[in-house]
Amino acid sequence: MKVLVPVKRVIDYNVKVRVKADGSGVDLANVKMSMNPFDEIAVEEAIRLKEKGTATEVVAVSIGTPKNQETLRTALAMGADRAILVQATEDVNEDVEPLAVAKLLKAIVDEEQPQLVLAGKQAIDNDMNATGQMLAALTGWAQATFASELSVDGETATVTREVDGGLQTIKVKLPAIVTVDLRLNEPRYASLPNIMKAKKKPLDTKTPADLGVDTTPRLSVVKTSEPELRKAGEMVASVDELVEKLKEAGAV
Amino acid sequence: MSVLLIAEVTDGQLAVDATAKALTAAAQLGDVHILCAGAQASAAAETAATLQGASKVLVAEDATLGHRLAEPTAALIAGMAEGYTHIVAPSTTDAKNVMPRVAALLDVMVLSDVSGIVDGDTFLRPIYAGNAIQTVKSSDPVKVMTIRTAGFDLAGDGASTPIETVSVSDDPGLSEWLEDKVAASDRPELTSAGRVVSGGRGIGSEDGFEIVEKLADKLGAAVGASRAAVDSGYAPNDWQVGQTGKVVAPELYVAVGISGAIQHLAGMKDSKVIVAINKDEEAPIFQIADYGLVADLFTAVPELTEKL
Ligand SMILES: Cc1cc2nc3c(=O)[nH]c(=O)nc-3n(C[C@H](O)[C@H](O)[C@H](O)COP(=O)(O)OP(=O)(O)OC[C@H]3O[C@@H](n4cnc5c(N)ncnc54)[C@H](O)[C@@H]3O)c2cc1C
Ligand SMILES: Nc1ncnc2c1ncn2[C@@H]1O[C@H](COP(=O)(O)O)[C@@H](O)[C@H]1O
Repeated sequence: MKVLVPVKRVIDYNVKVRVKADGSGVDLANVKMSMNPFDEIAVEEAIRLKEKGTATEVVAVSIGTPKNQETLRTALAMGADRAILVQATEDVNEDVEPLAVAKLLKAIVDEEQPQLVLAGKQAIDNDMNATGQMLAALTGWAQATFASELSVDGETATVTREVDGGLQTIKVKLPAIVTVDLRLNEPRYASLPNIMKAKKKPLDTKTPADLGVDTTPRLSVVKTSEPELRKAGEMVASVDELVEKLKEAGAV
Repeated sequence: MSVLLIAEVTDGQLAVDATAKALTAAAQLGDVHILCAGAQASAAAETAATLQGASKVLVAEDATLGHRLAEPTAALIAGMAEGYTHIVAPSTTDAKNVMPRVAALLDVMVLSDVSGIVDGDTFLRPIYAGNAIQTVKSSDPVKVMTIRTAGFDLAGDGASTPIETVSVSDDPGLSEWLEDKVAASDRPELTSAGRVVSGGRGIGSEDGFEIVEKLADKLGAAVGASRAAVDSGYAPNDWQVGQTGKVVAPELYVAVGISGAIQHLAGMKDSKVIVAINKDEEAPIFQIADYGLVADLFTAVPELTEKL
């Protein structure tokens, strides 16, 4: 079974995001970029499936700028076998929309014929939480989002999903799209020898034109602004003072 | 302009808070029809018909729509899309599962977690865990979106909107429901509670959460948790507040043993009054708290519970 893992290159989750003064977006110049944390979890899960003998090949795909190669090398160093870069833009400020990403992934799915696509639940930059579901629509496949447990048994996969009410377990027919949540696993770090080995693993580059996909955005960003700032309030010295203040504020 | 609002239906019942707040948002966009879909949905439809602001309630009842499996639910909604300019749902996990699928079936982008409406094409939504707010304009013929309900008021009730039945499309039979694990609780529901008490890694154990729960019960509050508390097994996943958990905006939010990582703040910084109890005076949570108390939670929280 082949597993396809889409990985996005995003601003590192530890970086304090700054909105550009002219409202044109978020400052991405000279900030640390990393693999989307959810996608690390997806890569880890795919590698575990391979280690168990369930998966035969793990292919990582990233859509974005030429720099996304670095993110793909990370996936290869973790243990993916092969990588595909779809070079959709030269400009890191141009975020490719989930619908376009899903269409590009659909074209790759048609070529690669994986049995399972393991994507992240959401990209921590645009916070869309959409691509996996959109790809499922375009392929006509089953979807299981927000996975915290996954087991693949022949023709089906059983997935436990983190939902508002607690946990839901469903069974989906393969091929399927699964999007992963934070508690599915803890991703490994790539070892130095594996980082070296990853440099020699195959990495193909394609363009949206090669795949016959129009990536024109449907949403245009009018502006990006700072959220309303919350001021720090006051420190209280004791529980008694806290109770008093809360009563004064009418909060209790 | 005509809006299809997908009601939140859980086990045949209407989730009133989520649906009524999304209705307030939807009503700003045009004439609203509310769709109640499920294996059982007529009781939900009766409740939806009492909400002020819609002109019609549609009910789609079929075994295949049970548990809101994505494939049949999305097929139903996409099949009904014609004539609507907007298809809207509250940002619940159910809707986040289904709506992007609907959007792709219709070849349009989805607008996730809309927090404000500028006009029929232009919307506000938080990005980067709420560190920035984007104003986006959609060029799609139909806008498919989920609404971050915390910022919208409840629609009133007392209406008696007419109810119509709609027919259900074929189930592609791609997925099957096996089990739900839902913890029954007498406490208010987290996303609609007027007060929330949340615990973090500082609580230190599952048993330790009892002191958070006691304070919550004294306040009539819901209980929340940080990701670290959930990951450590102190609290169930559905208590997680934050960028990737639930978004809450209660009148009172009490953060106990939570450092205040940006991903946590993303889910609670719109609360009216924020209280932080943490033994580390440098904890970033104090930068956004209205009232901060530097103390050991194991003594301060029981004392607070007693003195309230
Ligand atoms: C992709 C991604 C998504 C994420 N999504 C979320 C999310 O949705 N929600 C979320 O919460 N986090 C999320 N996180 C995690 C987030 O970055 C933080 O790691 C997490 O919020 C920390 O939880 P915490 O504050 O409980 O733990 P810590 O940061 O460890 O803080 C514990 C606090 O408890 C205090 N403490 C300890 N003992 C005591 C005591 N006896 N008395 C008083 N205080 C005490 C300490 O001083 C400390 O400040 C996400 C992270 C990533 C990478
Ligand atoms: N540009 C991209 N390249 C590769 N994968 C992506 C890209 N954008 C989104 N994805 C995948 O889709 C998931 C959800 O992203 P989103 O829908 O943007 O929140 C991510 O976790 C990735 O697995």
